[in-house]
Amino acid sequence: MTTKLMGQKVQRTEDQRFLRGQGRYADDVAVSPDTLHCAVLRSPHAHARIVDIDVSGVLDVDGVHAVWTHDDLEGAMAEPLPLLIPHPALTEGRTQYALAKDEVNYVGEAIAFVVAADRYLAEDAVSRIEVTYDFLPPVVGIDAARAATNLVHPDVPGNVAARMEQSTGDVDAAMRKAPHTLALDLTVERSACTPLEGRGTVARWDPDTNRLQVWTSTQTSTGVRAVVAAKLGLDLGQVDVVTPDVGGGFGVKINHPWPEELLVPLAAMTLGRTVKFTEDRREHFISSAHERGQVQHIEVGFDDDGRLLALDVQFWHDHGAYIPYGLIVPIITSTQLLGPYKPRAYRVVFESLYTNTVMVTPYRGAGRPQGCYAMERTMDAIAEFLGRDRTEVRAANFIQPDEFPYDQGLIFQDGRELEYDSGDYPAMLEKAKALIGWDEFPAFRDEMAAEGRRVGIGLACYVEGTGVGPYEGAHVHIETSGKVKVATGLTTQGQGHQTVFAQLVADTLGCRFEDVEVVTGDTRRMPYAVGTFASRAAVMSGSAIHLAALRAREKVLRIAADALEAAEDDLEINDGVVSVKGAPLDGGAAIDLGTVAVLSNPLRYAFDEKSRIATQFSVGDPGKPPVADDDEPGLEGKDFYSPERATFASGMHAVIVETDPDTAEITILKYAVVHDCGRLINPMIVEGQIHGGVAQGIGGALYERMAYDESGQLLNASFMDFLMPYVTEMPDGIDIDHLETPSPLNPLGIKGAGEAGVIPSAAVFASAISDAEGFPITAMPISPSELFALRRSLVEPVETEDPS
Amino acid sequence: MKPAPFRYHRPATPAEAWETLAADPGAKVLAGGQSLVPLLSMRLASPPALVDINAVAGLDAIEIRDDGVHVGALVRHADLLASPEAGKVQPLLARALVHVAHPTIRNRGTSVGSLVHADSAAELPAVLALLGGSVVAGSVRGTRTVPAEQLFVGPLESSLRPDELALGAVFPALPEGAGVAFGEVARRHGDYALCGVAALVHGDTVKASYLSVSDVPTVVDLTGVPEEELGDVALQHLDPVGDIHATADYRAQLVRVLTKKVVRQARLDRLDDREAR
Ligand SMILES: Cc1cc2nc3c(=O)[nH]c(=O)nc-3n(C[C@H](O)[C@H](O)[C@H](O)COP(=O)(O)OP(=O)(O)OC[C@H]3O[C@@H](n4cnc5c(N)ncnc54)[C@H](O)[C@@H]3O)c2cc1C
Repeated sequence: MTTKLMGQKVQRTEDQRFLRGQGRYADDVAVSPDTLHCAVLRSPHAHARIVDIDVSGVLDVDGVHAVWTHDDLEGAMAEPLPLLIPHPALTEGRTQYALAKDEVNYVGEAIAFVVAADRYLAEDAVSRIEVTYDFLPPVVGIDAARAATNLVHPDVPGNVAARMEQSTGDVDAAMRKAPHTLALDLTVERSACTPLEGRGTVARWDPDTNRLQVWTSTQTSTGVRAVVAAKLGLDLGQVDVVTPDVGGGFGVKINHPWPEELLVPLAAMTLGRTVKFTEDRREHFISSAHERGQVQHIEVGFDDDGRLLALDVQFWHDHGAYIPYGLIVPIITSTQLLGPYKPRAYRVVFESLYTNTVMVTPYRGAGRPQGCYAMERTMDAIAEFLGRDRTEVRAANFIQPDEFPYDQGLIFQDGRELEYDSGDYPAMLEKAKALIGWDEFPAFRDEMAAEGRRVGIGLACYVEGTGVGPYEGAHVHIETSGKVKVATGLTTQGQGHQTVFAQLVADTLGCRFEDVEVVTGDTRRMPYAVGTFASRAAVMSGSAIHLAALRAREKVLRIAADALEAAEDDLEINDGVVSVKGAPLDGGAAIDLGTVAVLSNPLRYAFDEKSRIATQFSVGDPGKPPVADDDEPGLEGKDFYSPERATFASGMHAVIVETDPDTAEITILKYAVVHDCGRLINPMIVEGQIHGGVAQGIGGALYERMAYDESGQLLNASFMDFLMPYVTEMPDGIDIDHLETPSPLNPLGIKGAGEAGVIPSAAVFASAISDAEGFPITAMPISPSELFALRRSLVEPVETEDPS
Repeated sequence: MKPAPFRYHRPATPAEAWETLAADPGAKVLAGGQSLVPLLSMRLASPPALVDINAVAGLDAIEIRDDGVHVGALVRHADLLASPEAGKVQPLLARALVHVAHPTIRNRGTSVGSLVHADSAAELPAVLALLGGSVVAGSVRGTRTVPAEQLFVGPLESSLRPDELALGAVFPALPEGAGVAFGEVARRHGDYALCGVAALVHGDTVKASYLSVSDVPTVVDLTGVPEEELGDVALQHLDPVGDIHATADYRAQLVRVLTKKVVRQARLDRLDDREAR
């Protein structure tokens, strides 16, 4: 009997390849010396009109093949890039051009595109292009955007792209009646996904077949395919997009098309050569996307138990110079802010603002970290005000296990109701408290204080809508060799899809895990797909693969029943062999999947061993056509999964930090995570996702920021000055406990887990540092220098000049 | 991030190296490349030629002589860090070198290159200055010894002439009965420090040397200064400035905290030494 793999800590099959350096990324494709390479001239100014671009010094450089500016673009290529996700509230959506037309709006915006024999020559050529600019005043930071003394786009008043409001209940009335009220002003700064592999695109035009082949480091190959076809005037059927191994995405690669994703195919078609663009690190910092920057104002009314009676939130979201990805990030902040709580009345108003900086698109967590931060800082403030334990105040506001499905009364990012499917927040809190040692902490604090050491504890809770639609599909093909080839259209950035999807297929189909091969992100294998974001791969493609494998299984059983002259219900499939239940394998009637695959195709050329074996079976009715009306040749299953709404995972993080009384350095002593993503397919992979998320969260909370100066220059566009943490900055361990409340929305009961680890970081560190220091932390991230400055301004007596 | 074109020379002897430097004006020496190559790749520097000294014979020795540790121009940080003899003769070297970058960079970067590069945020220039060491340089005009106090003339600026090759450096031995210590605070492990202090205590003499809080490595004589005033006295000779990682005020605080701590450790180091004997 095959053991079920669902829920097992199956070792990742992809790791051997990655660890041995055998991954194949976009830059590893087309390494022939014939391949041409590109470089992009990027704006050195944050805001300027382009008066003139002089490329005359470029084309006579040996090895340079072509240069494009906006003047050279035609048709759809000369139009602005698409606004991917329009929204009625997004009244002033602006997107950039593939190459800047007349003006530049951030340092890094693409102006000219050079194709040369190698990247060295391309960069030499770029440095010879001369651009004349008329400078415009740059708008940098949320304060400048709100002040609107200067405008990013002259036709967008107030720099406001969108203003959106949602509410439940009568907040004003509830606030007036509330026994207590508080107000908080909070800020979160920018960070970015910073995958180790930046962007990369390779394209080859095949004149013999009239087809364009594109490899790109993306989170959506189908999206890139559609936009490349539309922009270059090709039929969808002429464009194949393949996603090779992707060295991390974390959100930034869901945005598409990047200018280079269109310019590389254009160059390949124009020049008849294979063309490659591999982004460098500085380019990634200044010309991809950032996230997180928000300013928040919160007013809250509550009773003596800390119950939320009225929650009134305003925030301002910095989305940079353009808004191709629409309002997804601020909408998520505004809805997911509620977390596991049920305020009686809630109102949220946000403005999404233009600034002359790199644009903002979702970064792992996608607006949730900011929402969680707003809510959890509020919870801590209430607890402080009432003199109550922080966990008690949270517990008083939890949605209870018997209240699911729970409708928050708002509209979520996918345009559907914000309705939580399942969860058990009180049980989770108990686990979290136990794991971190919440109740033992006061004694520990005293012990440390006796040694002159300062420690604090923090806790933060979140709910994450995962697995948003609209759909994903899967195709399962059983070969005559018995191997099972699975394709799903969304892409993989290292999550372990090979492993978990193979687990699901092995369980559903009854084949061997090792016989399953999974292909993702290849439009030739699955042309209908959405993409990998919103913690949706396991829920969406996992469910689709399960359904497709069920279909394949049905067909296997039908053919096998015919061949073995048994009833379908009496058959079972184990380790790739169909046999009569209970019958001994040796001697009993049995047939393997490969042989069933041979039998599934009436055109039975005997090319392999399985075809020879198949000759001993006979299937089908000689009186009917070889392929029945409702049947197809071949042993395949295909299906799509499209849920009514998102599933809602949840979690709680707790941390104990030590802050140095002299240097204000912040050290993590203990980090604990309790996580509920429904039924676990592979706990080891979920824990890996949590580890990575926590690491990224620590970066965002304690190290990283985008340091723009007032002229819009990014001062830290390198890993030397952008402080992505090393493993040496991680705590020695992360304690993890799971809770499994199955989702009723999909056949496997699963929820997403990809982004969770990063969501509560800013909140949990702010909470713990506040606890250690005795004053509230209201701006994140926080560095030792900033903590030191806070101590100076808030705690230590200010020396004043004696007036006498 | 690809360098602009340059000519490439790979001499085999010191003489060949300095002849090449003289013959190709503007050429830069390439040692471990851990500072120079990033500058080239980001096109912050585009010298017309590089003189790669990695094939030059006889520059990779660590020698212990009466006056101290002699370090050849091709000795990597990692080699010096791992040398038990060097550690015995001048323990400050290893105590500082563990703070220099990360193992992979120490495997390639040279200690002498770090001195010539003269980054005031680097550890070894501060160590050389504290110990009163020197660098030996050669050119078509001959060789000369440049004492530390004349070597570091400005931010990222040494007094070596463009056509001079540093052949090696001398880090004086720790005198009998003296103690040394090193401490720094960096944002991440291996980063350049926000502030770093090396201290030497010998008899009544107390000296501290600073990185990242002045334009050039700065040695301050703290002899006779009471413990509580050490940092403030040092600050009179230093000029901490603010940047995106820390304010000037915070760096000044680190000067106070680290000076006190590192001087105390150096005193203990001296005592430990006595007890060991
Ligand atoms: C990520 C990173 C982190 C780092 N962190 C630190 C740190 O924390 N502390 C620290 O001290 N350093 C740090 N470094 C720098 C490292 O120590 C360098 O190796 C060192 O500063 C220079 O040595 P090099 O051999 O690599 O010199 P190169 O990069 O080859 O040369 C540097 C400069 O010195 C000149 N030069 C080198 N050797 C000679 C010579 N023999 N004669 C004449 N001129 C010469 C070159 O022409 C060039 O101008 C870091 C480097 C990196 C990449």
